[in-house]
Amino acid sequence: MLTFIARRVVLALCVAMTVLTISFALTRLSGDLAVSIAGAGATAEDVATIRRAYGLDRPLPVQFVDWVRSAASGDLGRSYLYHEQAAALIRERLPVTLTLGLTGLAVALLTAIPFGILSAMHEGAPIDRALGLVAVIGQAMPSFWLGLLLIIWFGLKLGWLPVSGADDWQGYVLPGIVLAFSAIPALLRLTRGGMIDALSSDYVRTARAKGLSRASIVLKHALRNAAMPVVAVAAVQLGFMLGGSIVIEAVFALHGVGYLAWESISKNDFPVVQAVVLFLAVIYIALTLLADVLNAVLDPRLRTG
Amino acid sequence: MIRTLATLLGAVIVLGTLIVAICAPLLAPHDPFVQDLSLRMVPPAWMEGGTTAHLLGTDQLGRDYLSRLIAGARISMLIGIATVMLSGAIGTTLGVLGGYFGGWVDDVVMFVITCRLAIPVILVALSVVSLLGSSLTLVVMTLGLLLWDRFAVVARTTAMQVRTLDYIAAARAAGCSRAYILVREVLPNIRHHLVVVATLEMALAILLEAALSFLGLGVPAPLPSWGLMISEAKDYMYFTPWVIMVPGVALFVLVLGINLLGDGLRDRLGAARDA
Repeated sequence: MLTFIARRVVLALCVAMTVLTISFALTRLSGDLAVSIAGAGATAEDVATIRRAYGLDRPLPVQFVDWVRSAASGDLGRSYLYHEQAAALIRERLPVTLTLGLTGLAVALLTAIPFGILSAMHEGAPIDRALGLVAVIGQAMPSFWLGLLLIIWFGLKLGWLPVSGADDWQGYVLPGIVLAFSAIPALLRLTRGGMIDALSSDYVRTARAKGLSRASIVLKHALRNAAMPVVAVAAVQLGFMLGGSIVIEAVFALHGVGYLAWESISKNDFPVVQAVVLFLAVIYIALTLLADVLNAVLDPRLRTG
Repeated sequence: MIRTLATLLGAVIVLGTLIVAICAPLLAPHDPFVQDLSLRMVPPAWMEGGTTAHLLGTDQLGRDYLSRLIAGARISMLIGIATVMLSGAIGTTLGVLGGYFGGWVDDVVMFVITCRLAIPVILVALSVVSLLGSSLTLVVMTLGLLLWDRFAVVARTTAMQVRTLDYIAAARAAGCSRAYILVREVLPNIRHHLVVVATLEMALAILLEAALSFLGLGVPAPLPSWGLMISEAKDYMYFTPWVIMVPGVALFVLVLGINLLGDGLRDRLGAARDA
């Protein structure tokens, strides 16, 4: 078990190093970062000043080593725009994105698991097919468009919920639903598949033979086994959601990490962009690692991998 | 029966959009770029104040919505197909190599896939477009270089299953080269799984392009990308909601069509359920 965890941790560190390199390379794509920062209409002198001020006149390898060294110690660079540490900016905005992500995940799980069970219990019946069709339709919904439709309908026509910002919990309802939408089809299929396998397994047959109630069989015996992959995927989905919330934060004007990234990208604030890419990647890597270890703890058969 | 109908509907939507995309200049009733400021925000023909001259109305600059929608179909299909060709080539190559050879090759492939999954797609795509300047080619290149993960995963798993089969052993015994076996034996036998992935990825690419353009860092204006049309119209949606309905419904219907077609293909070809 320890060897398994150690191997996974080493792998995760290697992945993190690679992403670190990529996020560095990303900001150097344009060739000359100083020109991008200075923007249109800057004189050659301005560009030279910026280049010196941000240490961009040093050779690339030196800049890279410097960036890795400071990133490892938690210093993700300073924002050009806010003149603040990028890490501090992220920390400041994180609660909004985290609340949004967890709301989305909760809505997704609370929808996908019951309907997945329902689908599995009636495999092949009209209700199962209807749910399958709903999942396909949901998958085709562009999230930003769905967000705008919900704003028009619930925010404007009915006036139930705020259309932008997040002063209290109500501000998270609509964006949470939109974010959940993207994860529901996958989680639904996974629950359904797992439940179908579990319901046709020997232990469920034994439970049936013992005369246990239907509810007890489904919820206590089958669901416990079907839930494992769902939990693992849910952890990974949360990682995707945090990364994907950028569009939804833009639509609902939620000032989270995604919004920060969007703002920084449009304003050429590359240290922040670099920092957010790295930050989201590390969160994703950590969540995947957690899911792997969790699965291995729950299911010893997986520990050999 | 219902499933067959759904697949058929998907096929009709995708083929229809493809034909519209190819014949776009012939079908468009107006020039999609010509502005007429005296005819701004004319509602669609079936609504009050609409005219048959502009069946789907006009946008905030007086450009004919139907013509822009038709030209936009071309952009969406181009993005979808070109991205899938690029990402399919990358992902399939990686996956087949890893799955067929196993060992350290597979370790490397798995590592590359894991790294790719850790990268936040939208964020990186936005940064690349912002740094290099928005253009259709760049969006295709960026999405193509990012969206190959599912191809790689499925190609790897299926190649792994195929490599133990008798016809591969036979080809090996007959002295066929590795390259021959990979291209002529392995690839044709995992093709149907990859086709299903291709539909999923095409839908994803189209949605992502729309999202990038919506955020202002995808296809540059005045090109009529559906995502960009929604973005340009959203300031007016409070008074006239139909302005975001027209491009939004088009986007939704196309992606739905591709997904329905993909689902049908998956059932018919018996491809992996997790594909």
